[in-house]
Formats: sequence, structure tokens, C-alpha cells
Amino acid sequence: MSGAATDVLTPVLTDNWDQERSWTLAAYESRGGYRAVDTAFAMAPDAVIDAVKESGLRGRGGAGFPTGMKWGFIPQDNPRPKYLVVNADESEPGTCKDIPLMMASPHTLLEGVIISSYAIRANKAFIYIRGEVLHVIRRVQRAVQEAYAAGHLGSNIHGSGYDLDVVVHAGAGAYICGEETALLEGLEGRRGQPRLRPPFPAVAGLYASPTVINNVESIASVPSIIGRGHAWFASMGTEKSKGVGIFSLSGHVQRPGQYEAPLGITLRTLIDLAGGVREGHELKFWTPGGSSTPLLTGEHLDVPLDFEGVGSAGSMLGTRALQIFDDSVCVVRAVLRWSEFYKHESCGKCTPCREGTWWLVQVLTALEKGDGTEADLDLLLDQCDNILGRSFCALADGATSPIVSSIQFFRDEYVAHLTHGGCPFDPAAATLFAPAGATA
Amino acid sequence: MTLSQQTYGELEEIAARYPEPRSGLLPMLHLVQSAEGRITPEGIEACAGLLGVTAAEVSGVATFYTMYKRRPVGDYHVGVCTNTLCAVMGGDAIFDRLKSDLGVGNDETTEDGKITLEHIECNAACDYAPVMMVNWEFMDNMTPDAAARIIDDLRAGNEVHSTRGPRIVTWREAERVLAGFPDDLADEGPAAGPASLVGLGLARERGWTAPSSEQGSAVHDDVPEEPEQVEQAAADASPPSSEGATVEKESGTSETAAEKGDAQ
Repeated sequence: MSGAATDVLTPVLTDNWDQERSWTLAAYESRGGYRAVDTAFAMAPDAVIDAVKESGLRGRGGAGFPTGMKWGFIPQDNPRPKYLVVNADESEPGTCKDIPLMMASPHTLLEGVIISSYAIRANKAFIYIRGEVLHVIRRVQRAVQEAYAAGHLGSNIHGSGYDLDVVVHAGAGAYICGEETALLEGLEGRRGQPRLRPPFPAVAGLYASPTVINNVESIASVPSIIGRGHAWFASMGTEKSKGVGIFSLSGHVQRPGQYEAPLGITLRTLIDLAGGVREGHELKFWTPGGSSTPLLTGEHLDVPLDFEGVGSAGSMLGTRALQIFDDSVCVVRAVLRWSEFYKHESCGKCTPCREGTWWLVQVLTALEKGDGTEADLDLLLDQCDNILGRSFCALADGATSPIVSSIQFFRDEYVAHLTHGGCPFDPAAATLFAPAGATA
Repeated sequence: MTLSQQTYGELEEIAARYPEPRSGLLPMLHLVQSAEGRITPEGIEACAGLLGVTAAEVSGVATFYTMYKRRPVGDYHVGVCTNTLCAVMGGDAIFDRLKSDLGVGNDETTEDGKITLEHIECNAACDYAPVMMVNWEFMDNMTPDAAARIIDDLRAGNEVHSTRGPRIVTWREAERVLAGFPDDLADEGPAAGPASLVGLGLARERGWTAPSSEQGSAVHDDVPEEPEQVEQAAADASPPSSEGATVEKESGTSETAAEKGDAQ
């Protein structure tokens, strides 16, 4: 790896966010925007796929599957139309990178959509944006209008003979639609319930046609890979986790926000950059990649935040959604709330998830109130064991992550609720507007 | 209320954006809400008729997604994030304050028909926690007092601006944009809020940048095709059984099947 020579923060996707009216076509073009489209058009589509493979780009939506390889799975001998679908349903608790990206620079995404669609030979692309972000939808709608008017979309783009139409599609409130096959159901006008795989979307996706579904940040990374070279991208990051990513710090740090860095940066470095944990408090637990990734603690500050590093620490890099909780926060309260979320968002298709998430909330609610016994912790773990890996999609698996990891690291705190007859923490102490008298 | 001819025309227009008309159903239901103030039986029938599916099928969709409301929504839908991070940072206190100020419970509307209050799940603005949404526009870094003031302004008819967006339009106007009929407000508001720019600002201050790129497009011509290497990369990237636990996953391969095998 060449990480030693790379700066601590490396703005690429975020680099134009401070530009005046950065969301407009004029601003984007003034920085060389849409030139990578011509670079791509000068290449054969398969060469674009190869370049993305060579870059080492892995999916930025959580699972980390190699993007170019996914594109390569599209059966080009299939006579049906090919589709590109952008997953802009950002909903994993803690995840907040795609929304600011689309707000500040929707044309970065669109340029990526054009190049990616060209590579997989799609003439129609969809951007599925969660419905609860009105202004982001406005910005993307406007960018699409501008791109059509400027000849970046539509027929014979840049005189290349290549045609592409893009539809901006607003979702309607369903976490599960971040799961790619549930998203396709939503995009086909149905209840968002995951499909059994195989067949995978690459073979039978939207309208049973070959379909690539990629996260916003993955697609937005493509113009820089094509424009600046796959070797440039691969020069950043670690051996198996190449390139840059947006790290989203939230919660009890002095300066929460977006930090774009090579993969492999540590939480210790990020917290230093963010000015430290809240004054007078210490780090207690954190999520590396959203609530579906097992919790980590202060022991894990030096874990390299790449796919392998976080994996070997027993969690997952996920979406780099670093939610930081200090010592004022009750882990049982935090986990109960996430469990209520999974129960609410379970689509109901698979019994272990629909029923299991309900039971998890029952047991956790009692524990949080100080009712129940220590044996309930083993009951929770048993329930998790009966949920993990037994449903169509990963929502159910995600529901078990905070429970199992919190019992692993904070068993004593669960027990304290039983001996204390309820929660020993003052919730007011954890708020941003904590009164002086509140104590942890 | 009766759906106007214009609304019927627009519902057809939505369906025509897609290779298969039924794909238009989600935005069509947003348009129904814009026209009717909620999902009405007539709106369901209209969508069903236009798409050639049963009203039961449309109802099934309308009841699945939380943004669709069967009861009338006020002029302003106020959503307070009470998912874990926002709740801990103050979302619970904000939600309690608004319930008490407004005299309504979750998913209820004030008697004057102005405000519908709801606690919502993570809205992808965690670096601005605690977050409140008004008609799905961001109200960042809220406190109970700040939230209460916004509600007072909305009820008094004063112009209110999103902290990271334009002036607030009514819920029905917002639903029309979600249906794919843009208003003209895209250029209002900032490019990014302060938290979105904090890392970029540090990089500027310290002179940190991404490495300079090798110039020239010639670099793309030497991409080797090495199938063994690609297969090896696939094997390396094949996640352990726990990797499936992120819902926003992008798998496109047999890894999930393998993973299910592992889990059994």
C-alpha cells in the first residue's frame, strides 16, 4: 500500500461541497465536470468495467462487494434491456453521507450514472431516493433537467451515439427498501419485501431483466476513477480496501460531520480531528457502520477502518457511520431503541424476523425497566441465535448485532438495571443541552 | 373530494415515465396525497384503474409505506427523530415537549389542522442530531425550545426556512414534488450545512489533498485481463457470515446463499 504517502484527509467526493452553488451544472462543469464521460466513451464498455475492477472500488453501501465485478456479472448476451438502479435510500441508522453528497453535488452522482450505465450497456437508469429528504430530491431532479438540457443525458450523448434516460424516483418511507431486492419491489410499485436469491438482480432484477444496483457513493466514485485513473484511486487505502470513503462522525464528539479519508484510517485519528469526545466525558461505545454492525468500544480505537480491519475486530465496516456514545449513555436504552426500530421496519415476510424482533423488544423492555432476571440475557442471546441467518435478507441479522455485542461488552450494565430496579442513568445528561445538574 | 381531470392526467403522466406503468405507483400515491391531503379510497381506485390492478393491491402498497397517511395530515408534518442517536442527544425530550405543547400524541393532528406530529426513524442527518423534519425538510441541531419556536411560527403563518434548505412549503405542495413535479426551489438554501463541511475545512486548513492523478487517458489502455486474479479477488471479498448484517447491502453474487449455508 502507498498509504504512508497519503494525507490524513483526502477530499475527492466532498472536494467541491464548499464551492459557491456547487449543486449547479455551471459550477460542476467549471471544475471539469462531465469530462470523465468523454474519457469513458473513448473506451470500450468492457474496458470501463475493467478499470473499475482494477481500481479496487468496493461497494460503499455496506457490504463491500467489488463494484466492477458486480458489473461484470451482467449477462451481455441476454437480449432483455439492462438497467442501472442507484440505491439512494440511505436509512441505516447513523448513515448520513449520501444525502449531503446529493444535496451539494448531484452532478457527481449523475456523471457516475452515465459512465456506469454505459459500462453495463443500460439505456435507462433509476435513482431511488428515500422520500423523506425533499430538498435532496429537488436538487437531483434539477440536476437531471440541467443534464438533459446540456446534452449529458438523452439521445446521442456528447455525439457518442450512446443514449441514456434517467428517472428520479421518490420512495415512501421504508428502511427495508435499502435492501436491493426490496428496493426493486418498491420500484415496481409493490410492497417493499425482499426477494429470494438466486436469481440475483444481475441476472433477473428490475422487470426480471439484468440489473445493477449500486449505492450513491459507489456510483459517485466512478467519475474520479475514470477521469484520474484506476491506479490513482488504488494508490489510496489499504491492500484490499482501496480508495477513499466518507466517514460520518455523529454523537458525542466536539465536531460531528463528514470526514473523507483513505480507507484504513482509525477512529482515534478521526476523533482527534473531530476535537475529541464531549468535554468531561469518555468514549463508551460506537458503531463502525450503522446500527446493524456490532458495537465496538474504547478498546477498538486503533482498528483500521477498512473491510478487513473492522471484520477482524468482530464487526463490519458497513457504511462508515460512526455513531459515538460517551459514558453518559445507557447502552440498554440505546439497544432497546434500535430493537424497536428493527421491529417497526421488519417487512413481515419472514417469520423469524417478524416475530423475533417483536420478542426481542418485549424482553429488552422488561430488562430496561429492571423487571426480569439475569436468565433473560441468555434468553435474548437464544432468540438472536434463532433470528440470525434465518430470514431472506440482512435486516434480521442486523437486529441481532447491537444486542449480542452489547451483552458481550456490557453484561454488567444489564445486570445493574436488575439490581437497581430500573435504569441507573439520567437521560438528560446525554443530551446536547444537558443541564448543569444532570449526572451520568 | 373528487379528483380533478388534471390529477388523472398527471397520474397517467407518472405511469408513462416507466417501462412498466405499475412502477409509477409510489409517486402516484404521493400525488394522491398532494391532491387529497391523504390516501383516499377514491385515490386508490384511481390508481388501480389506471394501472389495471385491483384496489386491494394498491391498498396493500399504500399501507406498507409509512409516508402514506390514511387520515388527513396537517399543513405541516413535523417529524422528530427518536432513533437511538437523536433520541439520546435530545430527540426524546423534543418529542415530549412538542406532544405537550400541541396536546397531541404520535401521528395525530392538532385541532386547527395545522400540525401533524410524528416520531420518525433515522433521517440520514445524524451529524446534525437531534434532527427534526418539517414537511421532510431538515431542521438541524434542535433543542426543545428551538423546536417549539418553529412550531409557533408555523402555526402563526410566519415564513419558516429549513436550516439546510428552502422556505417550508405545505405538506401537500411537498408531496407534489415527491410525485416528480418539481417546484422551483432547488436553488434555495446552502450547498451544505456546517457539519457536512467540517472535514473539508480541516483539509483546506492543513493543506491535505488527495494525491495528484497521473495525467492522460493512456492509463486506461493497459488494463490487464487476468481472470484468475479476478476470481481470487472475489474469494477475498467474499464476506464472513456476519457481513450480511447490513441492510444497505449491495451484494450481487452468491455470497448470501453461502452465508445462509454457514448460518444453518
